[in-house]
Amino acid sequence: MNFLNAITLIGNYLFIPGLTYGCQLALGALGVTLIYAILRYSNFAHGETMAFGTMVTIFATWGLQKLGVSLGPLPTALIAMPVGILMTVVLCLVSDRVVYRYHRKQRSDPVIFLIASIGVMFLYNGLIRFVIGPDDQIFTDGERFIITAREFKTLTGLKEGLAFKTTQGITIVVTAVIVAALFWFLNKTRTGKSMRAYSDNEDLALLSGINPDRVVMVAWILTAALATIAGTLYGLDKSFKPFTYLQILLPIFAAAIVGGIGSPVGAIAGGFVIAFSEVAVTFAYRKFVSYLAPESWQPDGLLQLLSTDYKFAVSFSILVIVLLVRPTGIFRGRSI
Amino acid sequence: MSFLTGNNMTGGYGAADILHDCTIGVEKGEIAVVVGPNGAGKSTAMKALFGMLDLRQGEVLIGGENITSLTPQDRVTRGMGFVPQTSNVFTTMSVEENLEMGAFIRQDDIRGTMNQVYDLFPILKEKRRQPAGELSGGQRQQVAVGRALMTQPEVLMLDEPTAGVSPIVMDELFDRIIEIARTGIAVLMVEQNAKQALQIADKGYVLVQGANRYTDTGAALLANPDVRKAFLGG
Amino acid sequence: MSHTLRKILMFGLVAIGFIAVGQLQSWPLSLTILNLCLISAIMSLGVNIQWGYAGLLNVGVMGFAALGGLAGVLVSTQPVPAAWAAGGSGLGLAFLVALVTIGAICWCYFKLGPVVRTLPIIIIGLVGFFAYRYFFDPAVSAIEAVDPATSGNLGGLGMPIILSWLVGGLFAAAAAWAVGKVSLGLRSDYLAIATLGISEIIIAMLKNEDWLTRGVKNMSGLPRPVPYEVDIQKSEYFIKLAEDWGVSIIDLSSILVKLAYAGLFAAVLLILLWLCERALKSPWGRMMRAIRDNETAAEAMGKNVTGRHLQVFILGSAVIGIAGAMLTTLDGQFTPASYQPLRFTFLIWVMVIVGGSGNNWGAILGGFVIWFFWVEAEPVGLWLMDVITSGMADTSPLREHLLKSAAHMRPITMGVVLLLVLRFTPRGLLPETKR
Repeated sequence: MNFLNAITLIGNYLFIPGLTYGCQLALGALGVTLIYAILRYSNFAHGETMAFGTMVTIFATWGLQKLGVSLGPLPTALIAMPVGILMTVVLCLVSDRVVYRYHRKQRSDPVIFLIASIGVMFLYNGLIRFVIGPDDQIFTDGERFIITAREFKTLTGLKEGLAFKTTQGITIVVTAVIVAALFWFLNKTRTGKSMRAYSDNEDLALLSGINPDRVVMVAWILTAALATIAGTLYGLDKSFKPFTYLQILLPIFAAAIVGGIGSPVGAIAGGFVIAFSEVAVTFAYRKFVSYLAPESWQPDGLLQLLSTDYKFAVSFSILVIVLLVRPTGIFRGRSI
Repeated sequence: MSFLTGNNMTGGYGAADILHDCTIGVEKGEIAVVVGPNGAGKSTAMKALFGMLDLRQGEVLIGGENITSLTPQDRVTRGMGFVPQTSNVFTTMSVEENLEMGAFIRQDDIRGTMNQVYDLFPILKEKRRQPAGELSGGQRQQVAVGRALMTQPEVLMLDEPTAGVSPIVMDELFDRIIEIARTGIAVLMVEQNAKQALQIADKGYVLVQGANRYTDTGAALLANPDVRKAFLGG
Repeated sequence: MSHTLRKILMFGLVAIGFIAVGQLQSWPLSLTILNLCLISAIMSLGVNIQWGYAGLLNVGVMGFAALGGLAGVLVSTQPVPAAWAAGGSGLGLAFLVALVTIGAICWCYFKLGPVVRTLPIIIIGLVGFFAYRYFFDPAVSAIEAVDPATSGNLGGLGMPIILSWLVGGLFAAAAAWAVGKVSLGLRSDYLAIATLGISEIIIAMLKNEDWLTRGVKNMSGLPRPVPYEVDIQKSEYFIKLAEDWGVSIIDLSSILVKLAYAGLFAAVLLILLWLCERALKSPWGRMMRAIRDNETAAEAMGKNVTGRHLQVFILGSAVIGIAGAMLTTLDGQFTPASYQPLRFTFLIWVMVIVGGSGNNWGAILGGFVIWFFWVEAEPVGLWLMDVITSGMADTSPLREHLLKSAAHMRPITMGVVLLLVLRFTPRGLLPETKR
């Protein structure tokens, strides 16, 4: 019984949150890795792109709520998301046209692209705060839980509860669908294959008649969609605050690099590695041990490896270890 | 006038010219080979024909039509196929995907052409699901040639196809290239292994410092004592 | 236009800007902006050493500046003997354990084979971590329990705060050494991301390690290197001076204090600038530029590129650390929550790019110009919004929203400025001179 309680505890506080957070990071890292694979620079504006997409989705959600449209138990944001994606696609394509295209034609150094993306980040950052303000926004509606801790307790008779939030369920399902669709696109369609070819060998892709402008455009569309979905899922699950989207950039980059930057499979693997380590290291194991250990061994401390304030340190440490041991990442992305 | 001709080409990458009044041509169904010492401008001549280099003087004609101002991509649609010397396959993609990408500009059914390539290089059919990066050097060259053939070109240009492969693989590759030429494609290649290449050549060009030194049939060049002494090691 | 003329003209325009603010707004405000401009210029000089000389991308300026601020606290505040008695020994033991653990891990890493070493390293790391926590946790609780309302930390050395400028540089240099060792020699973006990470961690530490700097409870009332306004106001001499000049004694004292700071900061800036110019013109500077322009060629000529990069990265970070300590000195307080990446990292980057990367004078000019605009963007933005919305009713929600959001014009302006410079004058206002 104690063993089951311990398992439930881990499931409730470690597995489900880790899985959800991993999905959000994976979607974010996919966007970073796509831009890296096609345009060959680290896009520092990605966090703000996520925030922008979420912001538009929030406005669309509020609009729908006013009209009385709802999805019943599911959050209205799900039907509002296409609007967010569309606006973010427009934003990304305009930014590319106005900023990045010039540097592409100039064949600027990747570092210049990176700095340009910092400029774009500033711009988005101001724009978002200008429109929606720097404060927390709550836009979750519908049923809060798929199963509450109390329901789980009465159902199983265990002392520990297992709560599963609707937003967590949605995050996992949506991520699975999106990832499957993305891989189908990259591996089965002509356009998807041409993107992989362009990422693999730009000159040969040009010799084969692949149109670079089209590849770049599709890359931005995919990135904008991924960013909006990742941002909205994160905002639904936690809450929307522009500043957190700046901070999430570090774990997202860490995920992309740990998995192997430029490799989509790597981005997903990296997302889960970072998310689970972050949750596992900052989890207080006291109760877990108290279920398993004999009475006399009860620990006094929280048995927490690191306080949650240091969650950045976890992504960073994993990043450092990977850079030292295997600079190309788990799935051999591009190095040097 | 040959099917593909570069007439009196003069030009280079920067201020200094590498090619000086260089003329190279190849007829359909023929193999033309460009040989010469290191730094003679062999690869540059090839790039000039393919439009990867701006010419100051001279012109490039295909089937009598002037294509001097076209981009490399446009020349692909005009029936030219090019196999670069290095990085000539998509290493992370499977053999079959490499061939598909070769045919990217085609809108029609490409399965027939793909089967022709598989007939020409049976090993590729066997390995068609493998990433090209995992193949041996000789097999990679076959993928590279196969990729260029997928557009059904009228001219196939090869930049040192046998660089870095073993002599046995080289003979095998040359056999395949002869087969390709027999189907009516014009084959133009730059080669370091001059003696072996001239043996299969219908036409040979010896370039020195960006200019034509000798031009003749392959057999005649092999028989020419001056060429033998200076360029073929006796 | 010659470079010298351009330099004089640009700095002349900046001077006019300060005079305009002094005349139109107020002189103390103008001097406040000037002081922060001087500090910004030093930070920008530090980033220029890394980016302009060597092409290194440091996106963790905030962290290095905060380490300088930490030095300000640790050097200048009075020690808390009770806290030392309560937890000093425990803390010492904890650090000893940490040191031994790191030493043992390094020994394993260098002395054992690549595969054999993995397991011992993990075991030593885990054992060391728990041993460290065994000593560390009770010591920290003991320290934080000592008079938590006013101290709750170990305090500092009680030395003059000016000394912290040097210590801040050393702190930042040490952190830079660690980051550089790991990430230099890899892709240039990796350094960017590694520095971004370390700066976030430094800030998290400063916010949470209450025993060190009281965390988010802040350290205020740090001692000053210059006299206090209240003391000046009491002095007979200054009261008479103020009467003679016809200015209020409050204004005069505030201007005097600010001028004193400005003098100190300007002295540091000039010394650093002189050193930088000397370095850039020396064989070392030529080598750095050679490496920046063609790494492969420099490496082929036998230059140790990664080693040089590490050197220049440490130097640049040290300069940023000095500036960070100076900022804390000027503020008279240390507030970890005030360190925001936009303000402390990316803004400094805009300064360097706009000023002219690779040119020390350009970096300084960028520091002045951008800080000036950063401060003035808000009143100007507010004024602009007021003009734009003047046609609307006072109660219009749109007008209210626009006026309230004027502050966010700042990042937008900075982003636009950065992008415009990158596109139209990528070499900045004062381009690097060919030597």
